[in-house]
Amino acid sequence: MMKDPAISIQDLYVSYYGNEAVKGVSLSVNTGNLVGIIGPNGAGKSTFLKAMLNLIPKDKGDVKVMGRTIKEVRKNIAYVPQRNDIDWDFPITVLDAVLIGTYPHLKLFRRPKKKDKEWAIECLQRVGMEEFSKRQIGELSGGQQQRVFLARALAQKADLFFLDEPFVGVDVSSEETIVKILKELCRQGKTVIVVHHDLSKANDYFNQLILLNKELISFGTVEEVFKPEVIAKAYKGQFAFMNEIGVSL
Amino acid sequence: MAFIEAVMQYGFLQKALLTSVMVGIICGVIGCFIILRGMALMGDAISHAVLPGVAISYMLGVNFFFGAVISGVITALAIGFVSQNSRIKHDTSIGIMFTAAFASGILIITMLKSSTDLYHILFGNVLAVRTSDMWITFGISLVVIAAVYLFYKELLVTSFDETMGAAYGLPVRFIHYFLMTLLTMVTVASLQTVGIILVVAMLITPAAAAYLLTERLWVMIFLAAGIGVVSSIVGLYFSFTYNLASGATIVIAATAIFVLVFLFSPKHGLIWKGLKVKKKRASLV
Repeated sequence: MMKDPAISIQDLYVSYYGNEAVKGVSLSVNTGNLVGIIGPNGAGKSTFLKAMLNLIPKDKGDVKVMGRTIKEVRKNIAYVPQRNDIDWDFPITVLDAVLIGTYPHLKLFRRPKKKDKEWAIECLQRVGMEEFSKRQIGELSGGQQQRVFLARALAQKADLFFLDEPFVGVDVSSEETIVKILKELCRQGKTVIVVHHDLSKANDYFNQLILLNKELISFGTVEEVFKPEVIAKAYKGQFAFMNEIGVSL
Repeated sequence: MAFIEAVMQYGFLQKALLTSVMVGIICGVIGCFIILRGMALMGDAISHAVLPGVAISYMLGVNFFFGAVISGVITALAIGFVSQNSRIKHDTSIGIMFTAAFASGILIITMLKSSTDLYHILFGNVLAVRTSDMWITFGISLVVIAAVYLFYKELLVTSFDETMGAAYGLPVRFIHYFLMTLLTMVTVASLQTVGIILVVAMLITPAAAAYLLTERLWVMIFLAAGIGVVSSIVGLYFSFTYNLASGATIVIAATAIFVLVFLFSPKHGLIWKGLKVKKKRASLV
């Protein structure tokens, strides 16, 4: 029997007050892939990610994770929000923020124990942030903050990781650390889905790409998607301008 | 000194003191979550929204606790309904709904022709706390503290990163309304001490002062409760000694603490921040 794909999406539609943001996307991602979601501004990349996880209401469509509904596998999902969705003045230290990653597996009324704390510190070490464990999260740089949130996701011991624009406002060395860890996760058989803003490094970072502009423009390996004529289809607005100034693809 | 003797001597003053101390604690505790979730206006709204419930309870001769909780929760639901089902923003929806509830409350009370009651509900009269009120406040305090203790994890996650909570399966909408219910109960407990109009100050001022003093949520909760207690005692002292409205003196005491913290907080205080900047600039000359 064939193994269930990590994620399979059938005919997903999302709209905001009648304006369609995601139109009829169907695809399925196999386990162990590092998948980038790319597309121009306003292409509905984050919306697609959130709708996939049932964090916002969808108009139509069916999402299965490892052959089951999202509801049944929630504890197996780690989600890292966009950095500007977080209140960085919140009274919480780096270690406590990572410790939140252990909450999904703690029973109601239970507090994290010593072994949970040790695990959180281990996760901080993996992202190279253990020396900052007592800092308040707002005292960190953008890249450090993103590494802490990755550590929190690691602490969740999930099989699927969803990251929304993890490289925005992040320094080069943090970006390298994060990519290295995401690649490691895939080698361990985890599935990682990343909304990515910038085309430039998409071909280095991911092995599969979802190219989105409200509709699914293309989905496949990096070699299949990362072709000028395919990319141009998604970015037609922007490329028309480039043609005008004499750049041709 | 005379105040302490009076507390020893008069039962009404003991009840007033105990009740306002309990109110100081629970307002501080719930207030932390209110300000961290950016819901200060919601706190103000819910406190005003209990008025029609209180009025109807008086009319029916039942304990005002039940009516207040019902009208508070209905208003919270109505606010959510309007902002989720139209383009109207949350704060606008709050403004519409709580003033509507408050106005209906005033109308009902005026029809009952009992303006003294209205005055006491609006501004509080801690020296008139009855034994039964004190016990209700005690019961509410137990429920609120137990709820925050038991659901601390869930309250922390949903206040800090609600989307993450939803992603791993927390019922975030339910938790929001659960917190609104706790908020309504705290408001009801505060009616006698500070009154409807000033409850919001007891919710946000001690919590805001605590927020400037620490980087840990649980420390913030304890500090806010402590500041709430000190404000209550100091306020009650001035209220009793100089025959002033208790709600007003308690709130002014809380504000005084806030101003001190705002100026002198070791990490976020205006004075130390200014000194640090000055020192840094001087070192660069």
